[in-house]
Amino acid sequence: MTHKPGCQKTTVKMLLTGWLAVLMLASGSASAELLIRITEGAGSAVPVAVVPFAETGAMPPGDKVSSIVQADLTMSGEFRTLEPSKMLSLPSKGSDVYFRDWRMLGQRYVVVGELTRSGDRVQARYELFDVNQERRLLGETAAAGVGSIRTLAHHISDRIYEAITGAPGVFSTKLAYITVSGEGDQARYRLQVSDVDGKRAQVRLESREPILSPAWSPDGKKLAYVSFETGKPAIYVHELATGQRDKVADFSGLNSAPAWSGDGKSLLMTLSRDGNAEIYQMDLASRKTTKLTDHWAIDTEAAWDHADKGIYFTSDRSGGPQIYYMERPGAEPRRITFGSRYNARPRPDSKGEYVYYVHQRDRAFHIARTNLKTGDETVITRTESDESPSVSPNGRLLIYATGQNGASVLTVVSADGGAAYSLPASDGDVREPAWGPITR
Amino acid sequence: MKLTFSTKVFAMVLTAGLVAGCSSTGDTMDGEEFGSDVRAIGADEGSTVYGGADGEGISSGMLSDEERQTARERAEQQALRDITTFYFDFDTSEIKQEVRDVLVAHARYLANNPRQQVRLEGHADDRGTKEYNLALGERRANAIQRFLVVNGASRGQIETVSYGEEKPAVRGSSESAWAQNRRVELIFQ
Repeated sequence: MTHKPGCQKTTVKMLLTGWLAVLMLASGSASAELLIRITEGAGSAVPVAVVPFAETGAMPPGDKVSSIVQADLTMSGEFRTLEPSKMLSLPSKGSDVYFRDWRMLGQRYVVVGELTRSGDRVQARYELFDVNQERRLLGETAAAGVGSIRTLAHHISDRIYEAITGAPGVFSTKLAYITVSGEGDQARYRLQVSDVDGKRAQVRLESREPILSPAWSPDGKKLAYVSFETGKPAIYVHELATGQRDKVADFSGLNSAPAWSGDGKSLLMTLSRDGNAEIYQMDLASRKTTKLTDHWAIDTEAAWDHADKGIYFTSDRSGGPQIYYMERPGAEPRRITFGSRYNARPRPDSKGEYVYYVHQRDRAFHIARTNLKTGDETVITRTESDESPSVSPNGRLLIYATGQNGASVLTVVSADGGAAYSLPASDGDVREPAWGPITR
Repeated sequence: MKLTFSTKVFAMVLTAGLVAGCSSTGDTMDGEEFGSDVRAIGADEGSTVYGGADGEGISSGMLSDEERQTARERAEQQALRDITTFYFDFDTSEIKQEVRDVLVAHARYLANNPRQQVRLEGHADDRGTKEYNLALGERRANAIQRFLVVNGASRGQIETVSYGEEKPAVRGSSESAWAQNRRVELIFQ
């Protein structure tokens, strides 16, 4: 095993931002919903005006499509939206757009649209304009059931985001996470799935014992997770549409840290049935396991690289936890992190550019990332007791859990650390976020 | 070494048992069975002497030095075994020196009571990652298990489980809370 000490340059970039904004999206219903609070915006955010859509016919109660689109674009950290009260006009179609108005307000893009109710469907017609070039970039329609206004709005956000940035939007993706309320005998653990903005949260599993490590299957239809419901950690695969569960690993010792292969056919997992924590691969159809590491150290938290060829994992074989990489399953691991004495839980992005992980600096635990080409390490969070990083499927955002006033909350940051966005739970702790895949 | 109340009671009962056993069970021996030098001392003197005139008799009215020694050792062992939580430093599973005597006492007890089952529950403080902490908690429980087995317990008596950082003893983010959470708990089944 070769080490390459000193080949990695560590930079700490704590990006301070231009402005602070607080936006509360009121939740109409269940206590399981998360409130969203923007804590910092990126200085380079592009101004975009989303004009409230004209409405024909009765619209369901709840947030308006345009305010959901506004919130989505703001959450990305790449846009700054304009308060409707500041708009000089409220066009609903391209022919009514006076670009001079929008230039005066400093906007680079403007979105206009109309919603039409027809029976139990709502149809949206929307257009996106480049203000300076006075050019239409997008003109489309989309429709959804009257109970799925949020789905419709997130779709529109995705289309706008892609048209401007060229990258796929993640506004229609889901989050899985664990909430904990109560203590001791009264503790209740809940595995929940929500929209990316924390809305429409649904409990999928409730238990008196801990639930850990939710992991999305690549098709977004299943979650693997660790549950202590039998008194010790076991791995389950849970089909979301039916609620059906399979207990796939319940060997003696640990059964933990499940991670899906890109084809959805196997799970990486940490088992200690041979005496200490090692990484295995389990074929889900046959339940056959293959041992991939063989070392007296703790080897855990495995994740496939973007090409599904190699595996990143945490090992303390050099004394404390560090990130390692095997180029193919079972190959001799190579150490990736050197900059501090604690680096764990690697999560590579889907493009092979960066790997994200928990990183100790001085006495604080941050999220950092290493550039896989240059080896440069950057700390991307300013909070100090950070855990469980999960990258968005387009590689642009990162969600993680952090301690705040004695409770655990979820925070979304730009993957380069530029903007931050906090999702406090309305009751108890929220932890272990897992960002779901794009499913279109 | 401080004797807990239960230890003192135990010591007293032990003493009382030794006295009671000798004078009241009705198995006082007739002189004819044990030789002519045996004589029973009156009950108000609280003791019965057996054995020959050469002075080898064991007085059981009060504990002898030897008996006192055994009683004290048992009380010490009992006190050591009152300790059932073992603490660790950050990110290690190294057993602290001061805890070794306690573990030896537990190991001996288990060796002498082969039907006694115990469970070791391993924990970690909440810093760092959950899955690594799950493995660390297991490593701590395994370290205690190994020590007990090396000192006389058998593997079959000991079950281990790790809760990682999921079941803290003390909530909070202070050095004190963290120190109290880095532990293995020994639970008698």
